[in-house]
Amino acid sequence: MNAPARREIWREIRLPGVQLSGAATVAMLVVAVVVNSALQPNFWNSYALTSNFATFVPLVAIAVGQTVVVLSGGLDLSLGAQVTLAGVVAVQIVDGRLDRIPLAVAAALGVGLACGALNGLVVALLRLQPIVATFATGFVFSGLALVVLPTPGGSVPVEVTTAYRDAVLGVPVALLAILGLALLWWVLRRHRVLRHIYAVGGDADAAYASLVPVTRTRVQAYVLGGLFAALAALAILANTGSGDPFVGNELTLASVAAVVIGGTALTGGRGGAGGSILGAVVLALVTNIVFFADVPTTYRQLVNGAVIIVALALAGIPALQKSPASRKRRPVA
Amino acid sequence: MSAPSLEAPRRVLAWRPGPVALAGAVAVALVIAGEIVSPGFAGYGQLVNLMRVAAFLGVIAIGQTIVIIAGGGGVDLSVGKVATFAAIIGSRVMAGEDGDLVPAVALALLVSAAIGLVNGLGVTLLRIPPFVMTLGMIGVVQGLILAYTGGRASGQAAPALTSLVNGRVIFDLPGLLFLWLLLGLLAVWLLRRTTFGWNLFAVGANRTAAELTGVRVNRTLILAYVLSATFAGLAGILLLGYTESVFLDLADQYMLPSVAAVVIGGTLLAGGVGGYAGTAVGAIVLTVLSGLLTTLDIGGAGRTVVNGVVLLVLLSLYGRQRRLRS
Repeated sequence: MNAPARREIWREIRLPGVQLSGAATVAMLVVAVVVNSALQPNFWNSYALTSNFATFVPLVAIAVGQTVVVLSGGLDLSLGAQVTLAGVVAVQIVDGRLDRIPLAVAAALGVGLACGALNGLVVALLRLQPIVATFATGFVFSGLALVVLPTPGGSVPVEVTTAYRDAVLGVPVALLAILGLALLWWVLRRHRVLRHIYAVGGDADAAYASLVPVTRTRVQAYVLGGLFAALAALAILANTGSGDPFVGNELTLASVAAVVIGGTALTGGRGGAGGSILGAVVLALVTNIVFFADVPTTYRQLVNGAVIIVALALAGIPALQKSPASRKRRPVA
Repeated sequence: MSAPSLEAPRRVLAWRPGPVALAGAVAVALVIAGEIVSPGFAGYGQLVNLMRVAAFLGVIAIGQTIVIIAGGGGVDLSVGKVATFAAIIGSRVMAGEDGDLVPAVALALLVSAAIGLVNGLGVTLLRIPPFVMTLGMIGVVQGLILAYTGGRASGQAAPALTSLVNGRVIFDLPGLLFLWLLLGLLAVWLLRRTTFGWNLFAVGANRTAAELTGVRVNRTLILAYVLSATFAGLAGILLLGYTESVFLDLADQYMLPSVAAVVIGGTLLAGGVGGYAGTAVGAIVLTVLSGLLTTLDIGGAGRTVVNGVVLLVLLSLYGRQRRLRS
């Protein structure tokens, strides 16, 4: 009985005409940037900017991929393992040789495509619940990664790592990569596939009734997720210069957090990758801030975790004012 | 086991084996397969060992079952970390002394329950999706662990706890199995014979309807998360009794298997349908599977792949969702 009353309160403080979801994310980003530049003395120095952006790119890329899957009403817990697998395959192929780079990039994207297609088949055709199904496929992918590259190693041509940390006309290459991902999303957003993904994620039955190819759309969402995971893998290789069969493990859950901080609903159909990109940057900045705030080492993780929970809560506030009718009950998928 | 209600329309499919029977059959099949590829796999001592490993997953999955039945995307990803934290608190407070066993266990469970309370408040009052709330909680609990231990776990299990968990009682069975049986019965009683249990199924099946019939939805949900964390803490304590000393990631790996055990046991992730008996069988299936894969000499990488594939096959036996056209 007190739930509706509380919703009324939220409705009262709603700003007319402002899309709060995006506003909350942008506000968090601004706060994070301000705090970070206050704490990190040379934050705006080009070297610090370059190295910051260089570490952001993988999370940004995987967050965009996760967004596409979440928008379709799914969830991909195997994205991190896909990053790992695509990365080790690419590093084994490139083997330190510059001329093999196109082949390696193609192979990484191929791995992402194949992994995404497998997830799509399992979730859309076999109709397994995404959270457990992608957990299971994640096992397969990380096992395969260990077969391809049992221990960290392999090498990327030094030209790649140098270029990645370079700047074009004063703009860091890594920032350009993030802008490129945003542009990619902007293009996708205008394509029919994404419209279908939004429709399926919003209401699969209605989409089905409106002749949207629901199954195919779901598969496409996971394939897109896999392709973005491959891009994340390439960014990691360019940043670190070598392969690691465990590198993606921590990215999966961070990608979900970035999506939520970015204001995309886990129930599907609402949100977008723009917010997730900002969310990923916020997440990365929080780690940075905690590092530069002179928090004692043993308390760093605690502060980090608490700040992330606050960010997740703030991102959820706009959802509180949705009318009861729009609150749908759905599995985590 | 099925929900106490809402099963009537499913009678049409009555010819299909229930999830519990199916999961049980899979467990038996895995044991037989193990005996074929590696004679001695189904020996008494070996089976008891497997059951002992399954017990930890089984106890953690009690809480997971409760939270998942509560529906609305309910899931508790923080169970592994909470179990680890409880074991760390327990070992440090009891420090190998029987006299400090009770306060140590009490403190560990209290802290676990408090973490569950925060999860529940975040999910109900702040409406953070459970997946994300409990995901964020992993980071916080990890932080608590580091702050509490300074990066190095200390202490030791009290001998009484160790002998309770590892000591052989009857038929050469370790005490742990009886504890699991006891906790399992408690869980079944909680879910099927208490007001809380009925409210939980009502909330999971249809939150709005439950609210309209006067069920205190938020209170039920918060209690579900508190119970989940408490059972996780309990599992951590049992694990401490088994290993005698702790590491900083003692129980972390139980996070997603606990969800998988619940799903294999036939509890729907959508909420409102399921029960603990299935989960217990699910925990056994997962453990027998990984035991079997360890026995087969195929190396870590191959084992991980096969584990994933078998999990997929198991899930497609029962964890499938309805068709769009239905």
